[in-house]
Amino acid sequence: MNIHEYQAKAVLAKYGVAVPKGKVADIPAEAEAIAKEFGTPVVIKAQIHAGGRGKGGGIKLARTPEEAREYAKQIIGMTLVTHQTGPQGKKVKRVLVEQAGAIKKELYLGMVIDRAVSRVVMMASTEGGMEIETVAARTPEKILKEYIDPALGMMPYQARKLAFGLSIPPELSGKAVKFMMALYSAFVDTDCSLAEINPLVLTEDGDVIALDAKMNFDGNGLFRHKDIQALRDFDEEDPTETEASKFDLSYISLDGNIGCMVNGAGLAMATMDMIKMSGGSPANFLDVGGGANAEQVTNAFRLILSDPKVKAILINIFGGIMRCDIIAEGVVTAAKTLGLKVPLVVRLEGTNVEKGKEILAASKLNIISASDMKDAAQKVVSAAVQAN
Amino acid sequence: MSIWVDKNTKLLVQGITGSVGAFHTKQMLEYGTKIVGGVTPGKAGSKIEGVPVFHTVADAVKATGANATVVYVPPAFAGDAICEATDAGIDLVVCITEGIPILDMVKVKRYMEGKKTRLIGPNCPGIITPGECKIGIMPGYIHKPGTIGIVSRSGTLTYEAVHQVTTLGMGQTTCIGIGGDPVNGTNFIDVLSAFQEDPKTEAVILIGEIGGTAEEEAAAFVKSKMTKPVVGFVAGQTAPKGKRMGHAGAIISGGKGTAAEKIEAFRAVGISVSEAPSDLGITLLRRLGKKVH
Repeated sequence: MNIHEYQAKAVLAKYGVAVPKGKVADIPAEAEAIAKEFGTPVVIKAQIHAGGRGKGGGIKLARTPEEAREYAKQIIGMTLVTHQTGPQGKKVKRVLVEQAGAIKKELYLGMVIDRAVSRVVMMASTEGGMEIETVAARTPEKILKEYIDPALGMMPYQARKLAFGLSIPPELSGKAVKFMMALYSAFVDTDCSLAEINPLVLTEDGDVIALDAKMNFDGNGLFRHKDIQALRDFDEEDPTETEASKFDLSYISLDGNIGCMVNGAGLAMATMDMIKMSGGSPANFLDVGGGANAEQVTNAFRLILSDPKVKAILINIFGGIMRCDIIAEGVVTAAKTLGLKVPLVVRLEGTNVEKGKEILAASKLNIISASDMKDAAQKVVSAAVQAN
Repeated sequence: MSIWVDKNTKLLVQGITGSVGAFHTKQMLEYGTKIVGGVTPGKAGSKIEGVPVFHTVADAVKATGANATVVYVPPAFAGDAICEATDAGIDLVVCITEGIPILDMVKVKRYMEGKKTRLIGPNCPGIITPGECKIGIMPGYIHKPGTIGIVSRSGTLTYEAVHQVTTLGMGQTTCIGIGGDPVNGTNFIDVLSAFQEDPKTEAVILIGEIGGTAEEEAAAFVKSKMTKPVVGFVAGQTAPKGKRMGHAGAIISGGKGTAAEKIEAFRAVGISVSEAPSDLGITLLRRLGKKVH
């Protein structure tokens, strides 16, 4: 789960991470009032779940309260297009107004879980403001890493290694160490999967603060963080994906016109690949789970049918524990209840497959039966072509 | 021969009194797995499918001599269950549970360092040696004893591969799902190494997916240590970047972990890559120099 910059800064501040003084404005007048309260200059920052906001015109420096109002007026309501939003962009609903200070140096600080070593790693680089992926590709030697032992937690010496490695002057190293230790606490305490401070800045006034902040959370850990759950912004998510998550279905919208329903994530990805290999294009990824039942099938069906792009549907189920006859009954019930207007190709395999096929055949619905994955993909692709 | 589990494996079921645990206990017993006990705190003295239940793993091990355990405990408590089994000196822990917080697994792995216990999973279908021992949730009947080793990050996609191998008249030594989570126990290299050592395993099917670098590491191992033929497939060639594809670990982040990179790594070390998931069995036959009908 992602949250906004202003939310991330509020979470981090609770753990003692230094952030600039800032407040959120929903309307231009509020931005002006905040600028008056803080004193100018202030920075007006669009709040959307995507990076690259500055280049897209979503971040402005205001020298007077009137300017703050003017920029807020321009930014709130605009559709911001960045390299991370896709061409359709994202609508800005609010701005963060922050006190602006003179910056001496921009650095990078980030934390992720390194899956290769099963440890949390803190990464630092002198290339502040640049994307870490770019730095990793061009100059990997500029990225400093400290792997953290979960039994000990982050040790001060590790933070010192990073701080001095970044050539932070000795008089600021204490603040930098405190910053890093606080960031680690926030990360593990809230079940983060990623925390990025880019840039981390050294100010002319002698502060070490997070100019930007990004936090992603592990969906599996959210059950123990009601406060973090409350920060979820549904406007930032694909509505069908949100709907799917309510039914415990794993759904991702894609650009194609063939709707797919599969049990198991690996098989679902393989099915999409098979569609592509047969010359078609999937409209979605949809995993109904290894032990999908009739109700899951109905909900999944409804989601697929709600997508106007879908010209044909492929159901690929390898019934293991879940029997094929139960799946077949679910498919027939869902197709009858929801009204099937596009061609449906079904490939069933596994326990009670013959019974399942009989149920589909007896339903008198327009269901095209397929013998294996390849056959299924070819049949659904030609059905989609004909329907177009 | 087989790897890690066989007809002598004595299994415990952690979370045996839950609906999932009880259901699969029945399925595993029907397959012939030797289940010697179950664990649910507070339920000692009761029986599930004739299997005695204990309060703790330590009690169960003491009473039954169990050397393996399968975890069907809910995600919030599963990390604790794995550590309990490790503490009790169990050789093999198979964790089926999906949805364990990643940072819990980071701690669990730290705890298991230097201990003899092997963890398979979490978020996996389990391990099966056909005809001898089934630990997990896979449908037993699609498997057949034979000479092919299968290892995968996926559940149902593994069934797909198993089914193809069986349909083509071959069988499996052992099949292992290592799970779809970013932080897990046994990795590809552990399994490949065991298959290489196992005299009965003739060839291996390796099924990967997008995210992380496990496939690249496996490829490096195949190059340096394996003499047996390996056939591979990587799911997610059409997956978009930055989206979690069902499995917590199946995500292309920062442009890394794409299927194309992994397929390239496989090819570079002589792994026969099946372009289509439906051709895994046939690709294996060809690699073994057998006739394709």
